[in-house]
Amino acid sequence: MNSSPENSLVVQNLKVSFEEKDGMLQVLENVSFSIQKNAFACLIGPSGSGKSTLLRTLAGLIPYESGSIEFPEVHGRKARTGLVFQKANLMSWRTLAENIALPLELANFSREEIDKTVKEMVELTGLQGFENSWPHELSGGMAQRVAIARSLVQDPDILFLDEPFGSLDELTRERMSEELLRIWNEKRKTILMVTHSISEAVFLADRVLVLSGFPQGIVLDLPINLPRPRDEKIRYSPEFAQAAATLHDHLKF
Amino acid sequence: MAIRTKTDRENPFLQKVTQQRWLLPLVSLFLFLGIWQLLYTLLGLPAFILPSPAMVWTKFLEVFRNGIWWHNTSYTLLELALGLFFGSVIASILGYILSKTPVLEKLASPFLVGSQSVPVVAIAPLIIIWFGPGLFSKVLICALTVFFPVLVNVLVGMRQVSQDLRELMDSFKASKWQILRHLEIPASLPILLGGLRVGATLSVIGAIVGELVGSDRGLGYLINLGRGQYDTALVFVAVFSLIFLAASLYSIVLFLERRALKWQTWQET
Repeated sequence: MNSSPENSLVVQNLKVSFEEKDGMLQVLENVSFSIQKNAFACLIGPSGSGKSTLLRTLAGLIPYESGSIEFPEVHGRKARTGLVFQKANLMSWRTLAENIALPLELANFSREEIDKTVKEMVELTGLQGFENSWPHELSGGMAQRVAIARSLVQDPDILFLDEPFGSLDELTRERMSEELLRIWNEKRKTILMVTHSISEAVFLADRVLVLSGFPQGIVLDLPINLPRPRDEKIRYSPEFAQAAATLHDHLKF
Repeated sequence: MAIRTKTDRENPFLQKVTQQRWLLPLVSLFLFLGIWQLLYTLLGLPAFILPSPAMVWTKFLEVFRNGIWWHNTSYTLLELALGLFFGSVIASILGYILSKTPVLEKLASPFLVGSQSVPVVAIAPLIIIWFGPGLFSKVLICALTVFFPVLVNVLVGMRQVSQDLRELMDSFKASKWQILRHLEIPASLPILLGGLRVGATLSVIGAIVGELVGSDRGLGYLINLGRGQYDTALVFVAVFSLIFLAASLYSIVLFLERRALKWQTWQET
């Protein structure tokens, strides 16, 4: 397979099905796409089209039946992945800092390294002063920041986000989108984010992939050529509206 | 506009009284002693039926000084400590294994349901018959009493571990041991300790019943001894010692529970 070197992820003819009581349930078929290094891609699709399943399969949580998922090496080593869920999924018995430290503890990093990295991530995500707070003391937006910080501690090359702001209110959601862009700018990661919001996808992404349900796969791969850095005003530009309209046409709800 | 009204909660005297956690229990203790003394004086019963609080205190000092009290209390304490330790450790390990193997859990469930309806105390005489009146049979009774509440609670606790957090641990490629240590134990610990709290108090009953059925040492033996000699004050001393033991055990488990749940302490302050 000759994947071009600038790619961070290459998926070809991916097929995923679940075992059910009465046979196999086909979820994904003919899914092929690739994402360039350091690109911000959004994955959008009607509910039930298998967006979350696709993301979980890429993150290694679900086995796939056939096809291939390739992460080209980065600086001669295996690419690392990170995953952020729709729910923050914090451990209620760990403080904010301890929650962020979890992946490093599991990977047996030294105490000094853990403290240093956690401090850096707390600053990056704007959580200073809350290191010793318990999860139940945090708002939804704060909790999701912790989840993002936790996914970044291992310095992943590619970050998967599964509707990370889906449970937040509109205003917090927009703020978090901008924060995410800032972090992406600072850290330069490849990002693949599942969302069901067309405007969120257009605002954030370099490319929007539209996934249609079984057995169609990716039905549209739309480049978003809006200038960066983007701010709120861009949402009212004609190019934005054009892209949103195109996406809307390809989503059959 | 909201108007603050003065309520009972702002009464400075009541506030002070309710803030002192030891004050109200102390009041109830003195009330209890007062009523006891009153009954003793009013009814004028002989000491082998109802001794006065003072007589019981004198008796306590006597058996405390000549070592009889500690000789017997330490024995019951040993039974409880060993029984609680082995009972809860074995129950936790078995509970973990059962929760991981649904077939075994289904196989064991009739026994688990049965154990909930038959108090271990009822089979204590059988255990004494089979294993003799020594230390082992009492430890076994204590262990069995604490075993089932802890086992059931471990199963419940393991079932309640969030599926989302399991997926999170999977996404970090955590090993089985890491999942146990960083997720399953902390997540189910509060429920496990709840079972231990119930089991600990029940196991005191188990130990005493075991000693009453057959023993030559322990607080149950002391009760038998006092009854046989019409030394009712001694029976009272043994009973109060038991209450003290049970209450201490309960407090220790409660303390452990608070420690394990320190992230919830905001509710108290």
